[in-house]
Amino acid sequence: MTKYVIILFYIILVIIGVLFLTSCGNEKASDGQLSGEIHIDGSSTVYPITEAVAEEFRKEAGNVRLSVGVSGSGGGFQKMVRGETDINNASREIKASEITLAEKNGIEYLQLSVAFDGLAVIVNPENDWVDYFTVEELNKIWRPEAQSEITLWSQIRDGWPDEEIHLYGPGVASGTYDYFTEVIVGESGSSRGDFTASEDDNVLVQGVATDKYALGFFGLAYFEENQDRLKLIGVDGGSGNAVKPSLKTVSDNTYTPLSRPLFIYVTNKAAQKKNVQSFVNFYLENAPQLAEDVGYIPMPDSAYQVQIEKFNNFSNAADSTVQQ
Amino acid sequence: MRIKEKVIEKILAVCALLTVLTTVGIILILLVEAVGFFREVSIIEFLTETQWTPLFTQKSYGILPLLAGTFLTSAIAISVALPTGLIIAVYLNEYASKRMKNIVKPLLEVLAVVPTVVYGFFALMIVTPFLKMFIPELSGFNALSPGIVMGIMIIPFVSSLSEDALSSVPGSLRQAAFGMGSTKFQTAFRVMIPAASSGIIVSAILAISRAIGETMIVAIAAGHQARFTLDPTVPIETITAYIVQITMGDVPYGTLAYKTIFAAGITLFIFTFILNNISFWIRSRYQQKYE
Repeated sequence: MTKYVIILFYIILVIIGVLFLTSCGNEKASDGQLSGEIHIDGSSTVYPITEAVAEEFRKEAGNVRLSVGVSGSGGGFQKMVRGETDINNASREIKASEITLAEKNGIEYLQLSVAFDGLAVIVNPENDWVDYFTVEELNKIWRPEAQSEITLWSQIRDGWPDEEIHLYGPGVASGTYDYFTEVIVGESGSSRGDFTASEDDNVLVQGVATDKYALGFFGLAYFEENQDRLKLIGVDGGSGNAVKPSLKTVSDNTYTPLSRPLFIYVTNKAAQKKNVQSFVNFYLENAPQLAEDVGYIPMPDSAYQVQIEKFNNFSNAADSTVQQ
Repeated sequence: MRIKEKVIEKILAVCALLTVLTTVGIILILLVEAVGFFREVSIIEFLTETQWTPLFTQKSYGILPLLAGTFLTSAIAISVALPTGLIIAVYLNEYASKRMKNIVKPLLEVLAVVPTVVYGFFALMIVTPFLKMFIPELSGFNALSPGIVMGIMIIPFVSSLSEDALSSVPGSLRQAAFGMGSTKFQTAFRVMIPAASSGIIVSAILAISRAIGETMIVAIAAGHQARFTLDPTVPIETITAYIVQITMGDVPYGTLAYKTIFAAGITLFIFTFILNNISFWIRSRYQQKYE
């Protein structure tokens, strides 16, 4: 009996193997089409847009192998300036230190804006005491001096419960962290250290969704995916009105200061490749729709046209340097 | 012919040496990088400071929060695994029929071959929500749930090794106990367990050092916040989970933040090394008692 099971097992293995080989063969057979690999890494905030674009692109050009990684904007830039990736997703602009590294390694790059994002300040749905935050309150919670000093909800505003506050936020490799600290603390990359930090936004969602005394922040898209498990809190940027991030408030700039542009960075070496050229063009043409689908705020159509022109100039320039 | 023998002998020696050299290599790298770390951070700060924030603005290099997290999850794990494992061992050795034993023992050992990442998600997605029904203030990431799941994972360590210890107790002791009019229960708990105690302690120590080194379960379900506390309901971070966190981010090679993982690693190594040696010592010291 067992003998037959073993034989059956091997037959199945062989069938799978044959199927695999034939599918590979098909790929090679269709010449003339786009092929090769495109390596993308970087921000977890931009990831949903890029992944959505990549999925659509795979339908058009099935032979191109696209890999989209998530290691935070900073982690992705580290790889890009070493020439390991073609495109970097970034939720902040490239830093001076990273530019130096890129120059040292002879990597040129182009920054393209792809959408807007609002940073969402989130609490647990069971939290019934927070109605809004002011920027000052967020600063009081997150600045470096708050470390092991501000530990109770009651310390933030009178009347809030005398319970420990559990903080969740993106890790230091994340562009979201850099941006949040820049506008809330006043210095990019500077905050308290005693909070649950993860580059994976789903970990933060899970943490806040299951912890009554939690407070967290991350990209608006991750809130929209998990609306039923989280509670969005409006932020008062000094106008006296607390504003919640939404398509409207981010694109008309009333949700300040926690809204920002998102980017992809393309290297000059990548821009010479036919598959990357066609992918980036495809990206910018489809970004308005896809960005909205995954919870981000698209830029005006004219802005995308500008990005497309910028990229085509860049890739032509990259091509001509190669021919010389 | 003799040359052939010699060659084979050498190959065998190389194989044995390879494992030793690997261990030596790991210890050397840990030491070198940790020395680099302790050049910049005093060992007193490392051992007494109660905050661990090497990546943030106010840098603080106190290992105590990570040690507390490691200790807490391991303590919970062993307090689940030791009683359960011991009861299973007694049951298998004293009560179960041979047929029952042949079914239960392999099934138990399946627990040890489940990938730890599966245990991690089991803790996060199933055990934590279940525990929340009884402890509403439990955080989504906490020490309790991964501790319990880790305990379940190491039950086979305790039960198998304890069972071996119990079955190597000479039959004469058991017969003498029955002869004195003891019940089965009295024989098991008053005679057999004390007689096998050295083996049971060794099994517990090995299980503890397994729990201390366990990584995936705590990295997934315990949260990533180094916190100096013994409260099992809040997010904590263990030494192993910290090492995972650093290696997944973008800490540049050679920086102080990068070296922290070696300082943390060597601390972990010292603990498991001491525990393994204690268990080795107990085994060699007491094992011969009844033979």
